[in-house]
Amino acid sequence: MKKSGGILLFILVMAIVGPWLSPHDYQDTNFDAILNAPSFAGVHFFGTDDLGRDLFVRTMLGIRITLLVAIVASLVSLVIGVTYGAVAGYVGGRVDAVMMRFVDTLYALPFIFFVILLMVVFERNFFLIFVAIGAINWLDMARIVRGQTLSLREREFVDAARLTGVSTARIIFRHIAPNLLGIVVVYVTLTIPQAILVESFLSFLGLGIQEPQTSLGSLVDGGVNQMEGASWMLLIPAALLALILMCFNFLGDALRDFFDARKSP
Amino acid sequence: MLRYTLLRLLGAIPTLLLVIVLAFLMVHAAPGGPFDAERALPAEVAANIEAAYHLDEPLPKQLGRYMSGLLRGDLGPSFRYRDYTVAELIGTGFPLSLRIGLLAIVLALLLGISSGTVAALRHGSMLDRIVMSFAMTGISIPVFVVAPVLVLLLAVKLQWLPAGWSGTPGAAKYILPVFTLALPQIAYIARLTRASMIDVLGRDFIRTARAQGLGTKTIIRVHALKPAMLPILSYMGPAIAAILTGSVVVEEVFGIPGLGQFFVRGALNRDYTLVLGIVIFYATLIITLNLIVDILYGVIDPRVRNQ
Repeated sequence: MKKSGGILLFILVMAIVGPWLSPHDYQDTNFDAILNAPSFAGVHFFGTDDLGRDLFVRTMLGIRITLLVAIVASLVSLVIGVTYGAVAGYVGGRVDAVMMRFVDTLYALPFIFFVILLMVVFERNFFLIFVAIGAINWLDMARIVRGQTLSLREREFVDAARLTGVSTARIIFRHIAPNLLGIVVVYVTLTIPQAILVESFLSFLGLGIQEPQTSLGSLVDGGVNQMEGASWMLLIPAALLALILMCFNFLGDALRDFFDARKSP
Repeated sequence: MLRYTLLRLLGAIPTLLLVIVLAFLMVHAAPGGPFDAERALPAEVAANIEAAYHLDEPLPKQLGRYMSGLLRGDLGPSFRYRDYTVAELIGTGFPLSLRIGLLAIVLALLLGISSGTVAALRHGSMLDRIVMSFAMTGISIPVFVVAPVLVLLLAVKLQWLPAGWSGTPGAAKYILPVFTLALPQIAYIARLTRASMIDVLGRDFIRTARAQGLGTKTIIRVHALKPAMLPILSYMGPAIAAILTGSVVVEEVFGIPGLGQFFVRGALNRDYTLVLGIVIFYATLIITLNLIVDILYGVIDPRVRNQ
């Protein structure tokens, strides 16, 4: 857990600081340095791509965007999931039944294809990627939060709040929601890698982030086209993407075992 | 059992309708028309094209026309592949995708269940830890990373396996795509099998079987496997969806002319009807297969039926 966290922190710091350590810019092409292998001589730590752009800077930028999309998308799913789950759990009864039935229905939908449809229809805009990815990942969060809320609802402090005449909305957001913090943090950690997966999947297919901006997914895509002559273009972003995903998954699993002792063997 | 089946069937129909209406409305909410070109068309030509594709009708009427077409298996003409209907394009691409997907599912079940069972039997051992770290890696690394790296390693560098699809004779060209597609599912199924097998092996009826002097193999085969497989069965729905999603990537990387490739090309070319048709096709497939899994679950586990 500490190891995963440490690696992620290091990658994050590099992604933020990295571009300043290099003399190159992410979109400057240099036709004298096309497909150069990684070297310290030309200060191309990760080599250059088929347009002579420095891949170290591009990779760091790609990590920034990948993480940004993932974190914002997770926050979107957090807001939707917590609100939906807390309302369903707190109000209960028929409203709860209908709301959860709706979640079950949505589970059966192949969301990723809808996201692609959305990308086709509304051009590829940055904002939409956040919302679309966030909107497909809130289902688990809603279920978990509802379950927790059901048991919180019966606690004395909620009764006390109700007795003193606090409104339902205020009880949900000021009294119930803060008590969900632990479990929500765990599931956000597990949502982030899923969001990264969706974003890089879209970018890999050419439907996500557009040039000259880049993300790890589009870097892998660029690497696939050049892999026979310039394997570093594929291997470096691929390895970093795999590493980031594994760290988040390990971290999330460890946090879940920590907070939710029932699920650990 | 009949009641259970009917209830499931009734549950699936609204989902399907929701998918169709949602997808249809999304496409029709698009800013600009599908025939917007760089050069503006003369008004009469534009009107003629709109009339030919019924785009001049009110939206509910278009939806009704589309739905009644769907019932007859007619998904309309493709906007980019002239002279082809969407149904024809799906018919061209799907058989190949289906073959690869089925092979991947079978491979994932075989390898996943066997390695998960072995890990559960040697619970806590070195072997268990090795299998589980492989599984974690398999789950974490996406298909679009595994596929090109394997091609680079096994096809380009070592030249053990063919990298491309067209022009390669024999079955060897199936190995890499099928394995890549199956890998994350092998990992998931291994983890699920291990967890549920450990749970089942701790139950009283297994202890009784042991006390009767049955061997480990018999206990696994006769007593433990069936109850331990229930979580795997309920995972088959998501697994199928994941394999469909993965096939889009695998077909792109290996150049396989399947449905996934049509889908990506359609998306990049903004071929609205094709993308809409394939989304509805995929959704119907997934919902139908989920339904079958649900019904099978009821057949195997009578407790579910009476809820």
